[in-house]
Amino acid sequence: MTAGTKHGAVVEFEHVTKHYDAPAAPRKGQAATPTPGAVNDLSLHVPAGRICILVGPSGCGKTTSLKMVNRLIEPTSGRITIDGVDIATRDLTELRRGIGYVIQQVGLFPHQSIGENVATVPRLLGWDKARRQARAEELLALVGLDPAKYRDRYPAQLSGGERQRVGVARALAVDPPIMLMDEPFGAVDPIVRERLQNEFLRLQESIAKTILFVTHDIDEAIKMGDLVAVFQHGGQVSQFATPLEILAAPSNEFVARFVGQDRGLKRLSLLKVDDVDLAPATTARVGDPVDEARRRAQADPAHYLLVVDESQRPLGWIAARDVPLEGAIEAAMPNPVSPLLDRHTTLKDALSMMLDADVQTGVVVDHDGQLKGLVTVDAIARKMRAGEHAPALVTTGEAEHEADVDEPGLTEPGLVGADAGT
Amino acid sequence: MQDDRPVIDVAWILSHLDDILEATTQHVQLVAIPLVIGFILSLGLAVWAIRRPRAYGPMTATAGILYTIPSLAAFALLRPIFGLSLLTAIVPLTTYTLLILIRNNVAGFNAVPADVIEAAEGMGYTKRERLLRVELPLAVPLILAGVRIASVTLIGLATVVAVLGNSFGGYGQLITEGLQSFFPTKYLLGAVLSVALAFAADFLFVWIERRVTPWAHVRAGGR
Repeated sequence: MTAGTKHGAVVEFEHVTKHYDAPAAPRKGQAATPTPGAVNDLSLHVPAGRICILVGPSGCGKTTSLKMVNRLIEPTSGRITIDGVDIATRDLTELRRGIGYVIQQVGLFPHQSIGENVATVPRLLGWDKARRQARAEELLALVGLDPAKYRDRYPAQLSGGERQRVGVARALAVDPPIMLMDEPFGAVDPIVRERLQNEFLRLQESIAKTILFVTHDIDEAIKMGDLVAVFQHGGQVSQFATPLEILAAPSNEFVARFVGQDRGLKRLSLLKVDDVDLAPATTARVGDPVDEARRRAQADPAHYLLVVDESQRPLGWIAARDVPLEGAIEAAMPNPVSPLLDRHTTLKDALSMMLDADVQTGVVVDHDGQLKGLVTVDAIARKMRAGEHAPALVTTGEAEHEADVDEPGLTEPGLVGADAGT
Repeated sequence: MQDDRPVIDVAWILSHLDDILEATTQHVQLVAIPLVIGFILSLGLAVWAIRRPRAYGPMTATAGILYTIPSLAAFALLRPIFGLSLLTAIVPLTTYTLLILIRNNVAGFNAVPADVIEAAEGMGYTKRERLLRVELPLAVPLILAGVRIASVTLIGLATVVAVLGNSFGGYGQLITEGLQSFFPTKYLLGAVLSVALAFAADFLFVWIERRVTPWAHVRAGGR
């Protein structure tokens, strides 16, 4: 139970079903109509250390599924395992104390100070006071709240965003391998939500918990998820895949409608310049003799040269016909029209910058400003088309075969980014 | 008996401080014993009622019937059983607190926010820990509000106990004796002191409530 060392555990749903009997229905109604919150034969493999989003309309069973992991709800049939151990065999109290739980309304204890709230589970586990306090302060700092300022306040004295951070800190108190988050950022305004999301993603990079995260907001799902399970009414998962796969190739009509008409744009905002094949640029260095530069420019398909300085930093374009007849290439000659992009720029931003500058090409540089290659509107379009033909959807029931979706990072394999152009 | 004594006979008061102190002690005892017993009973009953909501209706109905019995009638009814003992006073006074206290206690538990309960459950509180460390502390403001009302009610009712005799009558004793002997100093003193005690009790419980629930009185909102 020490800080910052335990990473995620594998969570597996195996044919998990939860029926809620309609009040009048017979007890063993097998073919009962789906009631809100019911879950039907759910199988999901959530790899360790990933954020798995459960998304869907209200009443689709996503929250029920979440609450079955800490057994606030018991399944009707099927089983859930954590690192291979069936949770039904575990002591309820001990199971729950080992799983972080964050809910939309936060549920901080109004009668306890922020420090005491954060140290709730450590107190339940009998840590001594000094250790609890030290841990509480460490956690407050981790979620970006100054311990000296917040420790002794009461929840009523905090803003919604601050309370939500305290909720996350409290859930992390004993460094649980798993966190369950039920619409954790649903009750704060959009600006605060955006900030909390970003902070949480940054936090997750270091804590690497296995996170099950419920939301009804597809944009949040796409942004936060390594994997996304799209729930349909009746407690069935329509698609379980990476956000990119879901956007590129929705498994059915429902998913397509749920992700929205603008799924192309959403994909653009997920993909990075890094994900596109960079084209090499024809370059000339400041000081190069003009004859040689012109020859190279004429050999270029577009008859353009990209002028770079001594450190390979791009200065701008010069057309073959504009290369002077004598002398050398000078820094003042080229025309700096193309936007400079780096490998982390999203394709959406890249396209937007190219449209703004009224050009077809963006110049990609590394963090030192050195030229890495070119990204073109065509290359982006090719990338988008390639995605549309994405193979092999992971759907429920088949989840086991596709367990190696657990490299769900935002890049797709085989596409190497920034190094291509040098 | 009328004579030229002033309405307020200070000399009498000063020479009877012992009696007045004794009446005060008796009165406080007539309030404190039923309050403590009623509080313990009602807390247990309230916990039962929140665990089994179906028990709440019959419980308050019973307490309501007890509350309806006029105090004088209750003393008369119990006198053959307990005689002229303190018990004859304590039993009805205790039952009068139940309706107020049960209702407030249950309201206090019901006022605990659902998200707080869910968070506690999700974090692995046992039922007992949750009751003692989450629900009970959060119910305290309403529970103490009930105790406050009950104490003030008891201070009033306790003055009637004097009809049972003079061994434990409290301020009621001063009032009845003063009235019977046409001695205004005595009955006014009894009246003023019982009013003062009621206010004192009221302030005491307000003060306690603020002391034990600092969290309920913080400035709300963000920075």
